[in-house]
Order: sequence, then structure tokens, then C-alpha cells
Amino acid sequence: MPQIRFYAEHCKGCGLCVLVCPCQNIRISEDLNEHGHPFAVLVDPARCTYCAMCGRMCPDMAIEIFDGKNGSKENSGGAAK
Amino acid sequence: MEFRRPKTLKNVLTHYCPGCGHGIVHRLVAEVIDELGIRERTIGTAPVGCAVLLYDYMNCDIIECAHGRPPAVATGIKRVLPDRIVFTYQGDGDLAAIGAAETIHAANRGENITVIFVNNAIYGMTGGQMAPTTLMGQWSTTTPAGRGKLGEGGPIKVCEMLSALDGPCYLERVAVSTPKDVLRAKKAIRKAFENQIAGKGFSLVEVLSMCPTDWKLSPKEAVDFVNEKMKTVFPLGVFKDR
Ligand SMILES: Cc1ncc(C[n+]2csc(CCOP(=O)(O)OP(=O)(O)O)c2C)c(N)n1
Ligand code: SF4
Ligand code: SF4
Repeated sequence: MPQIRFYAEHCKGCGLCVLVCPCQNIRISEDLNEHGHPFAVLVDPARCTYCAMCGRMCPDMAIEIFDGKNGSKENSGGAAK
Repeated sequence: MEFRRPKTLKNVLTHYCPGCGHGIVHRLVAEVIDELGIRERTIGTAPVGCAVLLYDYMNCDIIECAHGRPPAVATGIKRVLPDRIVFTYQGDGDLAAIGAAETIHAANRGENITVIFVNNAIYGMTGGQMAPTTLMGQWSTTTPAGRGKLGEGGPIKVCEMLSALDGPCYLERVAVSTPKDVLRAKKAIRKAFENQIAGKGFSLVEVLSMCPTDWKLSPKEAVDFVNEKMKTVFPLGVFKDR
């Protein structure tokens, strides 16, 4: 199973992913992250088609998709420094 | 389907504003460098402008240049180290205003370099002054009545202008305002690097990009501005390919 991850600490809440998700499956949080930004949240993992449109539009690499093969679930980007 | 941070893009937060197109263009350049396996021999030349901190974000060698001079610096590097892959990354103020001479002459000489030109129709870093690519009627801090009222002339169309020269080998204008455009932009950037590897000469990719902050628009409105306004003035497409 592929896996999609949203990294709240990388997100600036611009909402470009929300605009382009064909499943309307992303929303912006009411909470703020440690940098003071609202952040994108996946609404329903079961509805995601892993098309990666959200990730391609993201200016901040706050979304990654893992194909689940080769144990590649390991987070390459993840936590912001 | 995998979509992961490219190795050439450092795992750090950028200073860019929410919804700024620079982050997308950085990622595309990094993806292409990864895919072509050229990270160890790539040298980027950074502009003055919002992308001035490129060396903090790209995991390859980057030299910061004087304003507008990346094509001149890249020329020097490429001629001394012809086995390196050398690219410039420039905004519209850097490339088409203060650096217009360097751009035109590097293109005319057909230097074997790759130019990534981020056109956001404004000076981002300095707070939103008119750029050579600002649209007619567009508000900026130096055109408060809209460009064109006080004899500023019209937007410079860099791809069209350079296509009149014999030197360039590849000129294409793309955008990063829809997922489809982003895919197309990546193809163009890849080609611009492949041309250099093949020794074909000067390649420039102009990327229409969002600057929500200085346009005083929301990120969504900024995407609409690129799609509805910028694309009509700056049509997307290939202007030269040989
Ligand atoms: C010699 C010199 N002149 C002027 C400036 C002021 N300056 C800094 S960035 C900039 C323009 C930036 O605009 P652009 O190239 O479009 O890049 P953006 O910030 O929009 O990405 C100017 C005029 C400078 N730093 N050095
Ligand atoms: S991968 Fe596609 S379907 Fe899933 S959240 Fe992103 S845009 Fe929506
Ligand atoms: S001022 Fe404009 S170009 Fe600069 S980081 Fe902000 S949105 Fe991007």
C-alpha cells in the first residue's frame, strides 16, 4: 500500500494542495504549527488516490508519497530543521 | 507512485512566503539533477533577489553572484571547467533588468549553460517594485497608478527577444501554476540540462511563477493571476529548439 504523509512542520498553509486535489481531500488546520503557520491535513486517507498533484504543487516539500516497497516507508524529508 | 524529497534539495525550511513559486522551481531543478545523476559535478550560480539563499537549499555547489551577473559567472566557470554542469537561477529583475546585457550576450555567444529564469512580474525581495516583466496596468510600489501611465514601456518578453538571436539552442516558457504546468516545466528544465550535457549550447527556461506577497494577493488569487493574466501576456511554449 502506498502511504501519503503531510509534514505539518514544513507547511506554511498556502493551500495550493487544497486547490488541486481532485478528491477535495485536503483541508487547512485551525491549529498553528511551531512556526506559527496553519498546515494542510489529509481529510480521509481512504479516499486518496496517491496522484501526487498536491505534492507537485507544494512549494515546501510538505507532502511525500511512499510506495511501500523496499521498506521505503522511511521518512527521507520529514522533520524540519 | 513515489513522490519524495530529491537528494539535491536540502531538508531545511525555506524563507519563501506561503504560496511562493520559487519553492516549486527549486524542487524541479533538484529532481532533474537527481534524475540525471549530475549532482557531484553541478555548479549553480545564484542571483540577487528572493533566491539569493539558493546555497542554503540546494545540495550541490552554488556560487552567489553580483546582481544580474550569473550568466557571466556561469560563462567563466563553464569555460574553465567544461566537464561541470553549470546553471544560473535568476529572477526577472536580476535577468532582465540589471543583468539584461549579461543575459543577451551569453545567449548570443551560445554559451553551453542552462538558465532557469523565474518570471514573477515584480521585484520580490525589495518589496514589490516594477520589474521589466510587470504587466501593463499592474500595480507595483513604483507604478501606483498601474504600469504604462508614466512612460514605463511594456513588459519585456525575454523568450521572444532572445529567439531573434542565432546563439541560443533552446528557449521555452512554462509555468508552475497548475499541476499540469509543473509537469511540463520539469520536462523543459530537464531538456535544458540535457542540452548542456550534449554540448548543444545556451538553453533558457522561463518559468511564470507566483509572488503572492508583493502582488498583495492570496496564494489562490496569485495562481489565478498567473493563469488568467500572465499567460495571456507571456504565452507558454517553445520559442527555439535546435
Ligand atoms: C547592484 C544592486 N542594485 C540593486 C539591488 C537591490 N535589489 C535587490 S533584489 C532586486 C530585484 C529582485 O527582483 P527579481 O530579480 O525579480 O527577483 P525576485 O526577488 O522577484 O525573485 C533589487 C533591485 C541590489 N541588491 N544590488
Ligand atoms: S495524492 Fe492526490 S488524491 Fe491524495 S491528497 Fe494528494 S492530490 Fe489528493
Ligand atoms: S516576496 Fe514574492 S518572490 Fe519573494 S519569497 Fe515572497 S512570494 Fe516569493
